[in-house]
Amino acid sequence: MTTTDLSTQEVQAPITQMESEEAQRYYSASQFQLIWWRFRKHRLARTGALILLTMALVGLFAEFVGPYSGITRVSEAVLVAPQAPQFCNDDGCSLRPFLPGITSERNTETLRMETKIDPSVRRDIYFFVEGEEYKLLGMFKMNTHLFGVEEGSIHLLGTDSLGRDIFSRTLLATRTSLSIGIIGVIIAFVLALVIGGVAGYFGGGLDYAIQRLTEIVRVIPVIPLYMGLAAAFPKEWSSTQVYFAMTLVLALVGWPTLARRIRGKLLSLRGEDYVIAASLAGAGPSRIIGRHLLPAFMSYIIVDLVISFPFMLLSETALSFVGLGLRPPTVSWGVLLQDAQTVRAIEQAPWLFIPALFVIVAVLSFTVLGDGLRDAADPYQVSG
Amino acid sequence: MVKFLVQRIIGMAVTMFFVSIMVFIIMELPPGDYAERWAFRKFSGTGAQITEADLDNIRANFGLDRPAPERYFKWISGIVLHGDFGEAFAFQTSVNNVIGQKIWLTLAILFSTLIVTYLVAIPVGIYAAIRRGSAEDYALTVFSYLGFALPNFLLALVLLYISITVFDSSVGGLFSPEYADAPWSTAKALDLLSHLIIPSIILAWSATAFQLQTVRATMLDELNNLSVTAARARGVPEWKLLLKYPARLAINPVVSTMSFDANRIFSELPIVALVLGLPELGELLLKSYLDLDMFVAGAILLILTFMIVFMNFLSDIFLAILDPRVKLIEG
Repeated sequence: MTTTDLSTQEVQAPITQMESEEAQRYYSASQFQLIWWRFRKHRLARTGALILLTMALVGLFAEFVGPYSGITRVSEAVLVAPQAPQFCNDDGCSLRPFLPGITSERNTETLRMETKIDPSVRRDIYFFVEGEEYKLLGMFKMNTHLFGVEEGSIHLLGTDSLGRDIFSRTLLATRTSLSIGIIGVIIAFVLALVIGGVAGYFGGGLDYAIQRLTEIVRVIPVIPLYMGLAAAFPKEWSSTQVYFAMTLVLALVGWPTLARRIRGKLLSLRGEDYVIAASLAGAGPSRIIGRHLLPAFMSYIIVDLVISFPFMLLSETALSFVGLGLRPPTVSWGVLLQDAQTVRAIEQAPWLFIPALFVIVAVLSFTVLGDGLRDAADPYQVSG
Repeated sequence: MVKFLVQRIIGMAVTMFFVSIMVFIIMELPPGDYAERWAFRKFSGTGAQITEADLDNIRANFGLDRPAPERYFKWISGIVLHGDFGEAFAFQTSVNNVIGQKIWLTLAILFSTLIVTYLVAIPVGIYAAIRRGSAEDYALTVFSYLGFALPNFLLALVLLYISITVFDSSVGGLFSPEYADAPWSTAKALDLLSHLIIPSIILAWSATAFQLQTVRATMLDELNNLSVTAARARGVPEWKLLLKYPARLAINPVVSTMSFDANRIFSELPIVALVLGLPELGELLLKSYLDLDMFVAGAILLILTFMIVFMNFLSDIFLAILDPRVKLIEG
């Protein structure tokens, strides 16, 4: 149990004249205001939240931010290494970033296409350029991209063996992977809320049966269980069907943990003095649940949701990585990493591994965000 | 103690019964039926014409025309009474043959991973708690975060990449080529041990991160206990007092979550095994899922889960021995 300076000071210190205004503010603040104040103090969690927000936005507008669609193949740029925009070359410097040109030719010995950097050519990067047509958010027809080059092509994170731009593909994958996590968590949450809520509030035989069931689901190793469910997807399913089936699978295996927590919380709250007081005062179950129990454990549930995200992301990545989850042409982090499955591939093109960094950063962000929220979740807690 | 053991064994049997039903449901899930897949495997490319009547014959042969509860009963009684897991159609032999010695390799991986996990997590967790707030403690917290965030299979790929580019040798596989098909001998066992180190470290990665934090947290709680203060007041040397009271108690949550560690390890095993090319059950499970060879997959899922349930049983016993308070409650 950690205590921030704020709470010890404000709860335990005598209210002097100087502090009284702040103390007043503290005592009259609503629960969510208190949570927000506490959360604001958590710098790491705030950073995590910021990173995730950026990822979500970039993923949402992936077609705009990325210069190419996920399936565009640039045949003269196969397995190009990541290109860093430059401001200077031998001819001098400019404010406009540019890329050196690339030429590709076939190596006469290995018969492999090899790309060479040609520093004499300069390809300026322009912003808000017109390029391939796409539908923003699936609705608005547009052809403006955040950046691009007029001649040749631009690949900030390199290209894969088919000449597809990894930067654009990673952005699209970010959208897929995050959204699958979000939908999965929401479905799991609804299941857990209903099942765990029923078990926790009414108790008895039903509670016992549900408890045993969750225990049994939890005994089976998780990823093999996921795999078993994912293996059952018919081969002829479209990528959309597989996508929604994946969210369902993630939710189906994810709910027992959440349900258990909700149940535990409800059980412990049911015996609290203020709940007994409310029922003595004549409040019905709906008022007790809505007015007294939900606000008391909602914050914990949000924390649990955030904490269960990394698990969903990692599971999806793992499943798609081995070919049992999402399938091309859908791009997710796991699907992208399929290209980096063998050592040969990584040796030849280490940048195929870049999507892994996104996975790690997203998972880390969710973890620190969850930690920060957990500290903030109970603003009344003053234990040392 | 006997009553306690009997209780636990019955509990284990009940759990396994429900698990087996769940596994059977998973085996039944894939679309199309076993007979069609079997016929496809056996006759594709031979030019034989398969008619609906042939399929019906195959179905009758495998008992697939019977209702599901009956098939379940036949399957589970074969396993329980004869240790017979059915037929692996992708390999054209029995599941028992396919799984065979892989069970032992899987157990070897499980135990070496658990040993690595506890050898690192317990002392380091205790150390971090004692030096709370120091730079080392902070570094270990960062390490734990990474342990959660970095998927094991990525770690496996990175290590594989480093070993090949820097050391010019492969860390994959469980045996050196010269021992792969050799009969068991001391040399082969040693060779296996040396190959177990890298997979164990990779698989122990996240379990260690998790247990390290558990040990640290329990240790911190116990350090504030009055028993510690009292012992300190009596003049017991610091290291002795730490080992005698808080450290002893800090091990309890680790012991009681042994089956969770096993679960975590088995969960990650198939993918790590795929990357490293380990010939054990996880890799086979993945292959049979991809081939929809559901008898093999079901058998492996059942065996892995049984190992986890058994670990749970073991940890209950260890806990009862380690912590006398547990025994009192359980009777």
